[in-house]
Amino acid sequence: MGLSISTLFQSISSLVGWSKGQDVRILMLGLDSAGKTTILYRLQIGEVVSTIPTIGFNVETVTYKNIKFQVWDLGGQSSIRPYWRCYFPNTSAIIYVIDSSDHARIPTSRSELLTMLSEEELNGVPLLVFCNKQDVPGAMKPEEISEQLGLAGQEKGRAWSVRGSCATKGEGLEEGLDWLVNAIQKK
Amino acid sequence: MAALIIKKEDESGLSSYYNNKTTIIQEARVFNESPISPRKCRALLTRIVYLLYVGETFGTQEATELFFGTTKLFQHKDSALRQMVYLAIKELSTTAEDVIMVTSSIMKDMQPNSEVIYRSNAIRALCRIIDPSMAQGIERFFKAAIVDKNPSISSAALVSSYHLFPHAKDVVKRWVNEAQEAVSGKSSSSFFGGSSSSGYLGGWGSQTQSQSGYQAIPSTSYITQYHALGLLYLIRQQDRMAVTKMIQQLGGGKSGTGTTLKNPMALCMLIRYAAKVMEEDPNMQRQILELLEGWLRHKSDMVNLEAARVICEMKNVTPAQLTRPIAVLQLLLSSPKSTLKFAATRTLASLALTHPASVATCNIELENLISDPNRSVATYAITTLLKTGNEASVDRLMKQITGFMSEISDEFKVIIVDAIRTLCLKFPGKHASMLGFLSGVLRDEGGYDFKRAVVEAIFDMIKFISDAKEQALSHLCEFIEDCEFTKLSVRILHLLGLEGPKSPQPAKYIRYIYNRVVLENATVRSAAVASLAKFGVGVQDTSLQKSISVLLNRCLDDVDDEVRDRAAMYLKVIKEPELANVYVKEESIPSLAALEQKLVAYVNEPDAAEQPFDINSIPRVSRAQAVSEAARPSTLDTISAPTAKKSASPPPPTAAETQSAYAQQLAEVSNFASYGPVLHSSSKPTPLTESETEYQVSCVKHIFKEHIVFQLNVSNTLPDTILEQVAVIMQPSTDSGLTEDFIIQLDSLAPTTSGVIYVSFTRDHPDEFAMTSFQCVLKFISKECDPATGEPEEEGYPDEYELEELELTAADYIVPTYATFSAEWDRLRGGASATETFALSAMDSLKAACDSIIEILNMEPLGGSEVPTSSSVHTLQLSGMLPGGGGKVLVRCRMTYSRGQGVTLELGVRAEKQEACNLVLAAIGG
Repeated sequence: MGLSISTLFQSISSLVGWSKGQDVRILMLGLDSAGKTTILYRLQIGEVVSTIPTIGFNVETVTYKNIKFQVWDLGGQSSIRPYWRCYFPNTSAIIYVIDSSDHARIPTSRSELLTMLSEEELNGVPLLVFCNKQDVPGAMKPEEISEQLGLAGQEKGRAWSVRGSCATKGEGLEEGLDWLVNAIQKK
Repeated sequence: MAALIIKKEDESGLSSYYNNKTTIIQEARVFNESPISPRKCRALLTRIVYLLYVGETFGTQEATELFFGTTKLFQHKDSALRQMVYLAIKELSTTAEDVIMVTSSIMKDMQPNSEVIYRSNAIRALCRIIDPSMAQGIERFFKAAIVDKNPSISSAALVSSYHLFPHAKDVVKRWVNEAQEAVSGKSSSSFFGGSSSSGYLGGWGSQTQSQSGYQAIPSTSYITQYHALGLLYLIRQQDRMAVTKMIQQLGGGKSGTGTTLKNPMALCMLIRYAAKVMEEDPNMQRQILELLEGWLRHKSDMVNLEAARVICEMKNVTPAQLTRPIAVLQLLLSSPKSTLKFAATRTLASLALTHPASVATCNIELENLISDPNRSVATYAITTLLKTGNEASVDRLMKQITGFMSEISDEFKVIIVDAIRTLCLKFPGKHASMLGFLSGVLRDEGGYDFKRAVVEAIFDMIKFISDAKEQALSHLCEFIEDCEFTKLSVRILHLLGLEGPKSPQPAKYIRYIYNRVVLENATVRSAAVASLAKFGVGVQDTSLQKSISVLLNRCLDDVDDEVRDRAAMYLKVIKEPELANVYVKEESIPSLAALEQKLVAYVNEPDAAEQPFDINSIPRVSRAQAVSEAARPSTLDTISAPTAKKSASPPPPTAAETQSAYAQQLAEVSNFASYGPVLHSSSKPTPLTESETEYQVSCVKHIFKEHIVFQLNVSNTLPDTILEQVAVIMQPSTDSGLTEDFIIQLDSLAPTTSGVIYVSFTRDHPDEFAMTSFQCVLKFISKECDPATGEPEEEGYPDEYELEELELTAADYIVPTYATFSAEWDRLRGGASATETFALSAMDSLKAACDSIIEILNMEPLGGSEVPTSSSVHTLQLSGMLPGGGGKVLVRCRMTYSRGQGVTLELGVRAEKQEACNLVLAAIGG
């Protein structure tokens, strides 16, 4: 009983929150060629588009379960990473995309992620990590990556989750978004 | 900052408060709001762009912050907002850093499935922010956009390509076919379809249908053709053949009716390109003239005018060729549109300088325009009439001009004054009314350029119209009483000093001049002192001389050094007529460029300070030469314009200037540091190859006290060969008295560049003047370059290239200098002298003999003696000097000519040193 009331309350409050027409602003970051742009358009139009490296950013509105997400897909090349911070204000959630098959650059990816999380503007903002390209042979499992990132002991102030995904097949994306919606609402 | 803001507020009230930089930067927070308010953001962007347009500058950081704020607005699809975003990006892109951050967003807007309004704006913004290295990546978009059905997209792509061209030539060059298609106007047909959606986000599928269903708008202006033509020309401009072909293709045959160009501006551009081709290649003139005449009948005024203008400005245009364009301009003169009238009168005004008779047919129309409410049109009409009109109409026109002189700007006043200046000399009889006019406008308000034009016009009257001299001088005296321009006062005082003493009543100028000493600044005061002194020396009236001495004595108490010095010097000069001849009446002055160069060398040489500076080593020029050197458009040129160009500018001063340039070059080579100063360099490089050869070599000879240095300018014209270890081997004939020291070779000479090789010889007997000829060979190692990478091959092969023989002659040792011949000739009576007779049987006239003697000796002909007045007997007087202590040389060539025997020459030489005499004799005899 208590549980059902609290869920009801949650959904009402969330309705109130959304009805203001406030878009949910989501940043999607990660190293170059992790699959951010592919995920963005997979979510927006449900198709796999051919992409070129993003110089700058793409911004699209993605409607999922009647909620409008404004997704900012920032380019991951090392020359562009310094400008991520220009887009931090007013962020509701972060999606961090990692290429699971790229064993060599996991440490780089980890340090970029931790640097970003230490920014004040992103305090308490929920973090969803997509371990992308799960379909590639030899890809690391989400659990392995989660271990390497070492978020478990560190990130107490925010909700976070590390999940597997495959943007080309569309696997794991919706589940991830579901988790994210929940996390944002709890905040 | 606060003060600045307040000041601005005072100027334009609230709006400036509303639009100041600080407020705007604070308000830029609206860019971060969520959701975005397109209306607020658009308003703020407008204010940013407004500030930039009115000249406000943003610091790099401010601009970057605003720029990144602006990029966030890409989340909103509002097309009005997006337009403004693009405008702001374009404006901020020059100051902000890291502008490539918007690349992806812009590229997305450029996709064929975006809305049209997005696409053209995106294309224009892209070329501002793009890195040239990325040009290749956008090639496919641009090619498609250039031939897009929609004119706004096509134009945007063409204009952006034009701006990209300087940064990414190779890539943009590949778009020439697309530009060609755009210029031919096929894309202006208005059916929809064909724009394939091949963007980088390939699979847009379902969305494409709903979003991109725009209809191409048929263009009525065909402006795309104008932009496409501009790009085509930019790509082809280096290739005259291609440009010519383009003109013929687009020109539409003889009558000009077959052209595919429908945009009049494009046609105007084509006409300008045609004019350029015609100017560079006279062989094309006839062909292009036919095209131009076709365009005279085009239905657009703009095209008619442009064609007419180009014909009028054509080199060597004949009166017959002018009739038709003038008829066209004549029609335009009575057009109701001011712009057309203005353009037509302006063209006629400049044509009237050279072809007044042809322009005179328009006189009736021009008369009507004198009263035109547009003063610029009226000004040109009047100046044209002044040039075409006859003596009788001058008075009436002058009255008209006086009427509206106060209503036009300085720029036009100068035009009018120049026209009158020409007119004075054409109709000297009318000088009274014109002088009246000039002195009248001299009293009006006006800037320096205008006043200078008037003063120079009066100077000309003084110089060429003796009747007007007296009157004109007194007008000038009056003018300097109240002249705010120091430069003009100084020039007038100088002229008074020259002309005043010759006038019947010199005394009346003294008061005006002395007033300057009392009232003016130091520059004017010293000029006035110099002017006074000329009266003291030039006037033979002892009482006047005495008064001037009194006045100069008062100047000895002046506060300024220069004024006191001049007064003291001139007082001394007046007392001793000997000095006066040197310092006041002397007709020649040192060549200023050479003097400057020698003084610089003197100051830089620490050892030289032990000896006084030797002014006698400076070549002298006559005052007349010095005047013609000072680049003032001579009045005689303006009257008789281009037909009678003066033969050649006087050689010594120009040579002196090139000398200083050479001396600087040589000073940069350390090997020559011990050689001392250059005594003389040949004025022009002697070519040692034909001008069309693969390797071009020319030589400049530099004479030092104990050495001779040959400067060989080598250029490699081959586009894909690199030359290494380039040297010139110079072999003098035996017992030349020269010993080779060293060759400074070029390590490498890249394709299509040029470089300098030096070969140095020691003069075994510095007192003698070695004359010899050299066998010259160019030696080098030739390496081919890979056309793709530009890298040279590893292995080259040694090669030799035979050059023409180089002569070292007397002319290389002698410097022309001005002298008063008879006085100097007498003075050197006791010096070294020689006389010898030669039979120059090959010469077929005295003129030819004069020319070749002057060339061989490189000396200055004096008193116009280079032009024989008689065909049988002539005396040529020459003056020169040998730099480096050789002293002066004078040559008197008495010549007779008779058919059959040719020219007989008696050569008399007088010099300060015997070697100089020998040199001259050897030069003519050898």
